Amino acid sequence: MQAAHTASDAHIRLRLARAGFVLDVDLRLPGRGITVLFGPSGSGKTTLLRCVAGLERAIGVPDAHVTMAGAVWQDAASGVFVPTWQRALGYVFQEASLFAHLDVRQNLVFGLRGGRGGHDDAAAHAGLDEAVALLGIGSLLQRRVDTLSGGERQRVAIARALARQPRVLLLDEPLAALDRSRKQDILPWLEALRDRLQIPMLYVTHAMDEVARLADTLVLLEAGQVRACGPVAEVMVQHLAAGGDEAGALLEATVRGRDATWKLAEVVFDGGSVWLRDSPVLEPGRRVRVRVLARDVSLALAAPAGTSIQNQLACTVESIRPDSHPSQVLVRLRCGTATLLARVTARSAAKLELITDRAVWALVKSVALVE
Amino acid sequence: MPFPDPATQSAVLLTVRLAACTTLLLLLIATPLAWVLARSRARWSAVLGAVVALPLVLPPTVLGFYALMAMGPQGWLGQLTQSLGLGTLAFTFTGLLLGSVVYSLPFAVQPIQHAFEAMGPRPMEVAATLGLPPFEAFWRVALPIARPGFAVAAVLSFAHTVGEFGLVLMIGGNIPGQTRVISTLIYGHVEAMEYPQAHALALGMVGFAFVVLLALSVIKRRAPRMVA
Repeated sequence: MQAAHTASDAHIRLRLARAGFVLDVDLRLPGRGITVLFGPSGSGKTTLLRCVAGLERAIGVPDAHVTMAGAVWQDAASGVFVPTWQRALGYVFQEASLFAHLDVRQNLVFGLRGGRGGHDDAAAHAGLDEAVALLGIGSLLQRRVDTLSGGERQRVAIARALARQPRVLLLDEPLAALDRSRKQDILPWLEALRDRLQIPMLYVTHAMDEVARLADTLVLLEAGQVRACGPVAEVMVQHLAAGGDEAGALLEATVRGRDATWKLAEVVFDGGSVWLRDSPVLEPGRRVRVRVLARDVSLALAAPAGTSIQNQLACTVESIRPDSHPSQVLVRLRCGTATLLARVTARSAAKLELITDRAVWALVKSVALVE
Repeated sequence: MPFPDPATQSAVLLTVRLAACTTLLLLLIATPLAWVLARSRARWSAVLGAVVALPLVLPPTVLGFYALMAMGPQGWLGQLTQSLGLGTLAFTFTGLLLGSVVYSLPFAVQPIQHAFEAMGPRPMEVAATLGLPPFEAFWRVALPIARPGFAVAAVLSFAHTVGEFGLVLMIGGNIPGQTRVISTLIYGHVEAMEYPQAHALALGMVGFAFVVLLALSVIKRRAPRMVA
């Protein structure tokens, strides 16, 4: 995570007027992992992605510039605009957009030079085989695309984009057209891509659960402007905190062990450990992400005894900010290197005399595994 | 010999030849026109669309009249063909072919244009993100997806050419073996009070029209070949 911002070989600087908003961004992004472009609809995230792909073009902007994976795709100063078909990218659209006049296999080889008898046949097909394996679609190859389920189609579309071994993968709300259970079918495959592929991904979504589960880097877009950009845990507590029940912290943790008697599992992070409901996926040693919502965190000045709350973490107060309702405040807590948020009433904060750097105990009522 | 007399046979074969050549030429001309009309949002493309559609509303005699003027010895086309040593085109098969192409142009352009419009920009975008240069993308994506539109365009162009009469009479005359097609032959029979012959040909045309309409509705019933 720390290395993420040093390997900054992606640079996007664009200005583009569209009906309703002006997209105006200057982003430097890490050259690996998943960067999520997050924002409400109409914030310009899809337009931004299309500009990166060259599907839309900001004309007449003197300093427009796009560098991805080390290659300059657009540079107004030197008059460079590489057409989409010459950019080494994979693009996944919101709807799978498979070609219905071709079967699954023909769709997959569609973008392969080698698939048409070129000399680099073997190399091209290595990419294809890898993509098929990564997305588990080996059994679908002979099928007609209109016999596939929505989830299968999207997996084929992702594999098709990967088959030509792009240097960057762009995904435009790839799960938005799917229902909840289909979405759950695909998310593990996307996680596998993130963990196994070396190429960076730009991922557009407006769904918080996808951010929590997939993002390494988070870019918040609002009305065409970048509101925040940084490692996901940081951006989430700093910028997605105010207002809403969703406010909370995201922790990277490792499963330490399971308690078979009480059906609980313990995960450790840099700052302590917490117990959560056991689940078959919580194998000891596995890295997981957990969410701690601000509304589930209470504060005490001393470690309380005789409470039902098992998860007690020693923290220091970092800041106290007003919340969306005047009766409440949002307290930012430092817990090791992690950050937690607690939503308490302003009256409690006053009675406990909470001030910056004060040591407190965070009582965590509920921890959710991000899955 | 399925035909009762040489005059009928010659007229039928000529009609088929004219319709086939017209259809072939029209598919070549209409494809780029339809692509431009479906894709361009420029103001001039509206003008172009209106020009292409003109033959839909003009009486064939108007088209025939202007075609005759242009092809005549004093017309611009006539001057051109004469300077190339080809003589004039009026009352020839080539002249008839040119006239037919103009006359049936909207019947070829519009189905293809609608197919391109229904396809939307997405398939070409997908092809670009998969590394296909524009012309190859057009060939491997747009054409296959728009195939039903091409089938409709071909059937309509062919049928419409078979059914033309006014234009043929204006620029073709009614020369046996050269410009006498089925429709003008029927007219000749009626003029000469040869009703049984007229009847046989007319009935054949009704049967042909029915087959054409049946073919069209079969094409349209087929599942649309769109992107999933």
